[in-house]
Amino acid sequence: MSTIALKVNGKDVSAEVEDRTLLVELLREELKLTGTHIGCDTSQCGACVVHVDGVAMKSCTMFAIQADGAEIRTIEGVAQQGALHPMQAAFAEHHGLQCGFCTPGMIMTAIDMVRRLGSDLDEATIRHELEGNICRCTGYQNIVKAIQAGARAMASQ
Amino acid sequence: MYETTYHRPASVAEAVSLFSNASDGRFLAGGQTLIPTMKQRLAAPSDVIDVGKIAEMRGIEVSGDTVSIGAAMTHAEVAASEAVRGAIPALAGMAGMIGDPAVRHRGTLGGSLANNDPAADYPAGVLALGATIHTDKREIAAEDFFQGMFSTALEDGEVITRVVFQVPEKAAYAKFRNPASGYAMAGVFVARMKDGAVRVGVTGASGNGVFRSSEIEQALLGSWSAEAIAPLAISPEDMLSDIHGSAAYRANLVKVMARRAVASIA
Ligand SMILES: Cc1cc2nc3c(=O)[nH]c(=O)nc-3n(C[C@H](O)[C@H](O)[C@H](O)COP(=O)(O)OP(=O)(O)OC[C@H]3O[C@@H](n4cnc5c(N)ncnc54)[C@H](O)[C@@H]3O)c2cc1C
Ligand code: FES
Ligand code: FES
Repeated sequence: MSTIALKVNGKDVSAEVEDRTLLVELLREELKLTGTHIGCDTSQCGACVVHVDGVAMKSCTMFAIQADGAEIRTIEGVAQQGALHPMQAAFAEHHGLQCGFCTPGMIMTAIDMVRRLGSDLDEATIRHELEGNICRCTGYQNIVKAIQAGARAMASQ
Repeated sequence: MYETTYHRPASVAEAVSLFSNASDGRFLAGGQTLIPTMKQRLAAPSDVIDVGKIAEMRGIEVSGDTVSIGAAMTHAEVAASEAVRGAIPALAGMAGMIGDPAVRHRGTLGGSLANNDPAADYPAGVLALGATIHTDKREIAAEDFFQGMFSTALEDGEVITRVVFQVPEKAAYAKFRNPASGYAMAGVFVARMKDGAVRVGVTGASGNGVFRSSEIEQALLGSWSAEAIAPLAISPEDMLSDIHGSAAYRANLVKVMARRAVASIA
């Protein structure tokens, strides 16, 4: 067991973890931030995507101890002052989800997409960028629309 | 996942000594291959030695005719590097085609080479560009490094520290992704070096892992054009055959990817 210190959604957190504990296990089981999901064992589905020091990563494919000293943002931490993040609002508005299981990962990936590529995203770019996020319900159509609109809304914010 | 002990050494020397003191150690870089393997209990190292943040294994330097990339540089860092994009755009482009954005934010050059997955992208580029793999012990030519699928010249406890690429006159990579996994069904890296040599690295297709296609190299040496490749009949003999495609399909795909690569820079 090791003690690690990190920032999660702006709050300082210190936790006792086993060396083999995955970051997603720390978030869900210790910190009770169950918005970050686990959809696979093979690092392919993207339901677990969070931001580590501002960059999208699969929290199921890193050890919690590797996040020692890092700043983590999860889906629970993107709304500001009670108002949904523009990307969250766009998913609601454009019906970008059905069961919602993939949605936290989709939104964290989408926000990272805007950070890297800007807010003017065409459909082909969005589809390509979603390579690592699997949705079993929607057929992606409205996810793509939501991301396009959410990206624009982020720019005008 | 079985229990393990995690270490974060500050130097290559410390990493090597931690490895030799472990009963069953494994280096960890981006973890994008090792961690899923551990989760499935296909690997159960007693000690995991994280080389991902070691300063000597980071950074990118371009000098004259070479580009030296630290083994711990992530695919995203190589893809976004102005230095690599300027000197060998095909290499930066290839790094940007690996997996998905989150995988590229963690997966590394050294991890990809050490793993030598038969469908991984980097091995094709490393072979075609005649790169040299630097380890804590020695320098290994790409030619001698890859030794069949998932097998390399690395000894137990040997760490890749950097990879030095030759800047080609021109080069391109074309990849046909498996639509489900994103890995290469066939990926062909073509390079014409400044001394006129032509080298072609092929990944994804062969049951023996990455290889150089002498047939395509000969054809391109005669004439650097997609048409020069058209009459070739690539032998399906050593090609992989599985639910994703037969050996004959993959052999043809190699030819198609080679033509696309050449056409993209003709
Ligand atoms: C969903 C998904 C999609 C992917 N798609 C692709 C793809 O399209 N193309 C592709 O090429 N790859 C793909 N990958 C693999 C990815 O590129 C991995 O990052 C890479 O193969 C391993 O690099 P790593 O840094 O993550 O290594 P790790 O997983 O940390 O390590 C892999 C192996 O290399 C050893 N190792 C690591 N670094 C060193 C070193 N410096 N010296 C010696 N040994 C070392 C480790 O001990 C381990 O055995 C994908 C992975 C995932 C999860
Ligand atoms: S749970 Fe992390 S990629 Fe599926
Ligand atoms: S909305 Fe159900 S998996 Fe995407």
